[in-house]
Amino acid sequence: MLRNDATKLSLILLMTPFILWIVLLIILPQLGIGYLSLREKLGPNDYKFGFANYVDFLQEPIYWNTLLRTAWMSILVTILSLFVGFPIAYYIAKIARRRSRAALFLLCLIPLWVSDLVRAFGWIVLLRETGIISGALQSVGLIEGPVELLYNDVTVVIGLIYTVVLFMIVPLVSTLDGMDNSLLEAGYNLGGSRFTVFRMIVVPYAMPGIVAGCIITFMLTAGSYLTPILLGGKNSMWFTEQIYDQFITRYNWEAGSTFGVLLLVFTSFVVWLGLRLTGQNLASTVAKD
Amino acid sequence: MLPLRAAPARKESLMFDLESDKITKRFGTFTAVKDVSFEVPSGSFFSILGPSGCGKTTLMRIIAGFETPSEGDIRIKGKSVLGSAPNKRNVKMVFQHLALFPMMNIGENIAYGLKCRGENRTDIKRKVTAVLDRIGLPGVEEKHVSQLSGGQKQRVAIARCMVLEPDVLLLDEPLGALDLKLREHMKIELKQLQHQFDTTFLYITHDQSEALVMSDNVAVMNAGRFEQIGPPEELYNAPKSAFVAGFVGDSNRFSGKVSAISGGEARITLANGQEVLAGIDDKALFLGAKVDVFVRPEAIFITRREKAAADSPQTLLKGVVDSLLFNGANSRVLVRLEDSSLVEVDHRIGQGEDRFNKGEAVLLGWEMHAGQCFAAKG
Repeated sequence: MLRNDATKLSLILLMTPFILWIVLLIILPQLGIGYLSLREKLGPNDYKFGFANYVDFLQEPIYWNTLLRTAWMSILVTILSLFVGFPIAYYIAKIARRRSRAALFLLCLIPLWVSDLVRAFGWIVLLRETGIISGALQSVGLIEGPVELLYNDVTVVIGLIYTVVLFMIVPLVSTLDGMDNSLLEAGYNLGGSRFTVFRMIVVPYAMPGIVAGCIITFMLTAGSYLTPILLGGKNSMWFTEQIYDQFITRYNWEAGSTFGVLLLVFTSFVVWLGLRLTGQNLASTVAKD
Repeated sequence: MLPLRAAPARKESLMFDLESDKITKRFGTFTAVKDVSFEVPSGSFFSILGPSGCGKTTLMRIIAGFETPSEGDIRIKGKSVLGSAPNKRNVKMVFQHLALFPMMNIGENIAYGLKCRGENRTDIKRKVTAVLDRIGLPGVEEKHVSQLSGGQKQRVAIARCMVLEPDVLLLDEPLGALDLKLREHMKIELKQLQHQFDTTFLYITHDQSEALVMSDNVAVMNAGRFEQIGPPEELYNAPKSAFVAGFVGDSNRFSGKVSAISGGEARITLANGQEVLAGIDDKALFLGAKVDVFVRPEAIFITRREKAAADSPQTLLKGVVDSLLFNGANSRVLVRLEDSSLVEVDHRIGQGEDRFNKGEAVLLGWEMHAGQCFAAKG
């Protein structure tokens, strides 16, 4: 009985901060946002309950175009991060020697030492018209005058990949690390070519890691603000920028909340669609066997 | 090479499914496999027996193509395979932990190799069903790997290889992960599977009973070298080296010096002054050489000291019963000699008269040729 009480107490003590965190910092603000988004502004201090904010969103092509563009670019960033991250993760988990593994992993983490903002400015220093790359290309003689490498979609995508690829690598390394080398050898031994082994053994085995990595990367990208704004400038057309504008510039909290809800719903929908299309489910990704 | 000379050699080598010709493998300064040569006749069960770290797994990986030998040649059905990649060799391998693909079901696991070969769907389906029938697990295609028991997984791992009709099947200590009871059972089952598939099996193990029970031929490997190759009886009854005598089966070891040699017999004086008799093969042994004598527990007679005939022709060692080790038919008596070393003696622990008690004074003896004498190391 006493033991039972102790277990109960420790469970309560452990769960309390978690529940407080979930309720106070996630559920309550989201409920608040949801509530705000359903409030129509008729005049000063005069509100009515309804879906007018959502109707406004649908009627203004620039809004939903921005949302679609954000989603599409985030998917692109996710896929490219997978292509960039997978070889790195594979190298760290399977090819590198045990001792160099930790060092390589640490190297991947180093960018996190520097704040997002400073890293974005780092890119600006490199890429702007009077920046290092433009200058170097001129001095080598490859180009005549200075070039502006900032403020285009390619730069935004590259910058975003740079920010999020780590979150692709980490889950991939941990799943690939659990893969017994003898599975690969068995794959070759039974007559598989490199490609077959990769397609039929490595990828299916790494699937939980791939899915986890993709979800994290996609969500981070779609919700990122600094990188697209700083590298893409005013015409980056990132959806978070719209939210910021509504809240801060136009002081239209109702529209901002609506956009916030829409971003959450839409990205969740994309994740759900991705899981359906690849035949995965969230449970198998989170808890592997 | 002249074609006339090459022709008979080739014909002869066709009798062997697998030949290893002076294989040597070095990792940096460490030599894992030294000058190993052997042939495995078609359809036979060949085991490589050795303690862990003796290089047997490296040798197997060389045969499978995962390692390249520093010197020597591997031939399968008479053809050198050193130039072919692992996936091009018709040698399949059952891995130590089986390496069944966890993301595929049983049917897909078995079909994997056939798919790699590009066979068509109906053939694959038919072959998978057929091989599952043969291993006695019909209808498990849809099951997940984790739903099978240890022994069933074992059979699936073998089926996954056998469905490809390999020239040689390599087995890398596949019974190591099973519990004792199942291991005993699988020994017999493996032997039966080998007969059934009529394929050459190359089995690697550190467990001498596995090797002795299943194999047609056993190679004993130690520190990268083959010490002896032969049928299990031969290894057991006529070991050619001290290592084989000590490693294959149980043995009691007595150290001493040669005090007399006549023909194939030697008299050896032990450290405590007692004399024992042993057969001697090694021509290099001379009077006064330091030797080890190996005697099997079942070759030793045990009698109560007061009952022993004074003019017994055998070696006689005085000792005291230290303990009785009961294990059914394999029960043993542990006897402490005067120099306090322990000797294991096979003895059916019976009742009454027949039963030895702790502390009883006994005499141990053996027929001269039951003792085997080898030069002591170092």
